[in-house]
Amino acid sequence: MSVLGKLTLNALPHDPVTMGGALSMVAAVAGLVILITYLRRWGWLWREWLTSLDPKKIGVMYLVVALVMLLRGLADALMMRGQQALSAGSNHGFLSADHFQQVLSAHGTIMIFFVAMGLMFGLINLVVPLQIGARDVAFPFLNSVSFWLYVAGVVLINLSLVVGEFAATGWLAYPPLSELAYSPGVGVDYWIWSLQIAGVGSLLSGINFFATILRLRRVGMTLMKMPLFVWSVLNSMVLVIFAFPILTATLGMLALDRLLGMHFFTADGGGNPMMYVNLIWAWGHPEVYILILPAFGVFSEVVATFSSKRLFGYTSMVVALAAITFLSFLVWLHHFFTMGAGADVNAFFGIMTMVIAIPTGVKVFNWLFTMYRGRIRLTTPMLWFLGFVATFTLGGLAGVLMAVPAIDFELHNSLFLVAHFHTMIVGGVVFGFFAGLTYWFPKVFGFKLNERLGRYAFWFWLVGFLTAFIPLYILGIMGATRRLDHYDASLGWQGLFIVAAAGIVMICIGVGFQVLQLAYSIWKRDENRDTTGDPWDGRTLEWSTSSPPPEYNFATLPPVNVRDPFWAAKQAGQTHPQPAAYQDITVPKNSPLGLVIAGFSFLVGFGLIWHIWWLAAVGLLGVITTIVMRSLDDETERIIPSREVAAHEEAHA
Amino acid sequence: MKWARRLIIVAVLAIVVVAGLSYLGGHNLAVLNPKGLIATQEQRLLIIATLLGLIVVLPVFALTAGIVWRYRASNTRATYQPDWDHNPVLEFIWWGIPCAIIAVLAVITWTSSHQLDPYRPISSNVKPLTVQVVALDWKWLFIYPEQHIATVNFLPLPVNTPINFEITSDAPMNSFWIPQLGGQMYAMPGMSSQLHLLATTPGVYRGSSANISGQGFAGMHFNAQVVGAADFATWVKAAQAAPQRLDWNRYTHLSQPSQNNPLATYQLAAPDLYDTIVMKFMMPMPQS
Amino acid sequence: MSQSTTHSTAALDLKTTFGFWVYLMTDCVLFATLFATYAVLRGSTLGGPGPHELFNMPFVLAETLILLTSSFSVGLGVLAARQGQQARVLFWFGLTFVLGVAFLAMELTEFSHLVTEGNSWRRSGFLSAFFTLVGTHGLHITSGLIWMLLLVPRIFTRGLNAMMVRRLTLLSLFWHFLDVIWIFIFTVVYLFGVAR
Repeated sequence: MSVLGKLTLNALPHDPVTMGGALSMVAAVAGLVILITYLRRWGWLWREWLTSLDPKKIGVMYLVVALVMLLRGLADALMMRGQQALSAGSNHGFLSADHFQQVLSAHGTIMIFFVAMGLMFGLINLVVPLQIGARDVAFPFLNSVSFWLYVAGVVLINLSLVVGEFAATGWLAYPPLSELAYSPGVGVDYWIWSLQIAGVGSLLSGINFFATILRLRRVGMTLMKMPLFVWSVLNSMVLVIFAFPILTATLGMLALDRLLGMHFFTADGGGNPMMYVNLIWAWGHPEVYILILPAFGVFSEVVATFSSKRLFGYTSMVVALAAITFLSFLVWLHHFFTMGAGADVNAFFGIMTMVIAIPTGVKVFNWLFTMYRGRIRLTTPMLWFLGFVATFTLGGLAGVLMAVPAIDFELHNSLFLVAHFHTMIVGGVVFGFFAGLTYWFPKVFGFKLNERLGRYAFWFWLVGFLTAFIPLYILGIMGATRRLDHYDASLGWQGLFIVAAAGIVMICIGVGFQVLQLAYSIWKRDENRDTTGDPWDGRTLEWSTSSPPPEYNFATLPPVNVRDPFWAAKQAGQTHPQPAAYQDITVPKNSPLGLVIAGFSFLVGFGLIWHIWWLAAVGLLGVITTIVMRSLDDETERIIPSREVAAHEEAHA
Repeated sequence: MKWARRLIIVAVLAIVVVAGLSYLGGHNLAVLNPKGLIATQEQRLLIIATLLGLIVVLPVFALTAGIVWRYRASNTRATYQPDWDHNPVLEFIWWGIPCAIIAVLAVITWTSSHQLDPYRPISSNVKPLTVQVVALDWKWLFIYPEQHIATVNFLPLPVNTPINFEITSDAPMNSFWIPQLGGQMYAMPGMSSQLHLLATTPGVYRGSSANISGQGFAGMHFNAQVVGAADFATWVKAAQAAPQRLDWNRYTHLSQPSQNNPLATYQLAAPDLYDTIVMKFMMPMPQS
Repeated sequence: MSQSTTHSTAALDLKTTFGFWVYLMTDCVLFATLFATYAVLRGSTLGGPGPHELFNMPFVLAETLILLTSSFSVGLGVLAARQGQQARVLFWFGLTFVLGVAFLAMELTEFSHLVTEGNSWRRSGFLSAFFTLVGTHGLHITSGLIWMLLLVPRIFTRGLNAMMVRRLTLLSLFWHFLDVIWIFIFTVVYLFGVAR
């Protein structure tokens, strides 16, 4: 075997479509590098961002990467629906079956792992420490490692576009299709290692924020005084802690099958593919809730703030979150009722699934009654919320239908299912995170986003979403299964596929407006400055500090003794307490080692994908050495002198 | 201006609804157009569950619209109670009503899961027909063990006869689905799963694989041709005289990956072919 | 007025120990997954040898006793560290290290026996699950040994300061955890295996 393992020049793209994609990506990266070099921003980038351990900066970096990946995932969606709109009868569209299947697998993987998870951890990094009145997360360095591992996963999955191929197995790579016998190429390996590396990052983040919330809350902020967003994140992190190790183990076993010829999930040799399906969903179902719970948390903040009213049914909300968290581990089998587990088992999991609808429904009613007798300001975050209520309720209904096993037999793996989970994930998770981005944007950057362009974006998204997915519900009812790169013209499906593709185009226009909104708002930032730190008449602690907040978040902070402490302080007219004297504040020093660890992890992944064993060994050694170096370093903190603190605070008083 | 805009929106919506309805009228909504005993019951369940769900969904829509309109910030005449944040009665209602609906649905789920369990044989006076289904890369092999025949990519069935499907795969996992006759069942290598269906109306019904299985996946569809008992008997007789015989060798050849296979009929020369296919994954040293 | 995020050693201590416990919890879930897989695949021997034909119980019992002893010695090491007795710390951790290496050597011996007799992880689902479960534990032991090797010598340069004691405590926590996991492996894989 050669020094480069399986890697040869053949790994570079040959067909025009892939080549176009690969070239445009290479060009984008090169353009970025040239731009930064031209602006002489490398030093600034390194000092202020890449090596920063400040969760606010890490949060922004998560958002940037996730939004770029959103564009990639959207391009995949456009290709898929474009292919399906064309590929009826004698027309076979512009993608080969293999390429189409790579695109759909990449779309699912990217959207869940690198968009939704990225947006989520971005928001959590930005908001959680501020909301609990902390200066930092529990483990700032670990936080940087998590972020960079996520980036390593992103780089790997995008590299598969240029060097080699991606999995053509669907986003969960069910064996035996994903085993060597049926997928001998490197595609599945790219899938495994990009997820494995990013997944470890997520797991570490889960531990980090769980500890942050339970250990670093401001004095007096008991659990039942925490903002609902923090509650939702706490629940989500509990799910991360219990679910992600299952993913790590499962991906590990699939990798062992492929690398060492083991027989965990192979069709032959005594392997058990059904076990994989069970394990991957034992992670996968909680994963859905890992994403949606923080979105619920965002809505709780947004609705209360823009109704200028306390959140209705706080205790109910907390109980509902806990119930969802608990139940989410008891429903995984509903993803494969059609495996023939038997009536008792199917019925049990079906009923458990429906039971989740109860706490979810309660949350919706509580939000509605938060608005009741409030003063509702219909800002863009509120529009996203209302769009969420409309889509999520319908998607939830579809979900309850499919929770009945006998109905699921007729809808499973059809486009109805695809429409259902997109309604939940786009209508729930994505709309939720967009609401959160718009809501906390002025806090993070010090100026508001343009409202008018935000509204345009919202309406294109909503109408585009409905146009794209209502046809899929109907197609599912018509018997159209998912992941088809071609179908007979006589079925009469083409019209609906064309409408669906038009819907995706509208969503793209919506995204275009979001890009425009961002650019325009930056250009006009001086007109929309938030000088008060409290642009929305907020209720929780993050609004009590300046926008953007100083590195240390709060110079001083009184103990918390109520929910919505900042709202209470405003009512009492005590918003900005002046201490007798400011104190020195300790913050973590910048460190490049998180990036270095992720870089070596990338080498491990790349080496294992292409069977370049020496490279994997170098990577592993590098990871270990870097961790050791970090542990030897006792000088990891630096002090912000009280003078600087005083200067900042007085400037923003 | 405002009225003009609203008029345009209403007109667009009306066009969409009319176009949508006329489209639906002209096409086969397979799941809602059942032609089999099981599919009919599954369709009925689908409708009942939808109606039950709407009991919650519709009030949510109405409440949302009403509340947002009434309590918009510009309406200063509406009551404003910024600290009103709980009400035991209200909260009891919206824990209670969903609980009640889900309780009803749970009962329906439990009974229907048992009644419509794919593994449960259908009771009928007519002697059931056994069909063994093998998902291959990328075609369907149907074996009629009692009739000693086998077909590729088409599935003749007698009407009003319980069909006992035994399903496996000699390829990655697939899912065997004929929407108008009933729900689907996974086809897995080394496993034999079951599905019991009964067609009530003669006709041609599309079936396909519902689970991605590789490059030729989109081509894995077939027609189930439901015919009267006499016609079926005639077909069986003709098929038994088919020139091609399906033995292990020919099967091995057939099971190689291929796409868009033509329809084919065989005499079944290896009576235990199906069991051999299932067992080949269980043997100590599999022939790869 | 107290600050919420004081960086005093006590707070750091609490936070780090708490975080480490949470990490151990996640590792527990990882092992639970591997145990579950092992349970499913235990019978998938594909006509090849099963547990009772492969395991040499006296050998495994010796392995187990060695690891249990090392758990005891690491406990004594931490006690010594809390009392600031540097020489004892070195002795007990040194003993733990030697025992750990011995355990690992025995495990590798067992593995190489299996492989040379043609019973590698490629042979059956059961053997894949066996090698992975026991091997994952072995990898954890290896990382524990590396940790020990890097941490303990620093007592010479830095002395037994508070941070050192904290790190030694975490290390012992990790080691005890691995011991518990091994007890499960011993029971589920070996005892149940030969008991049929």
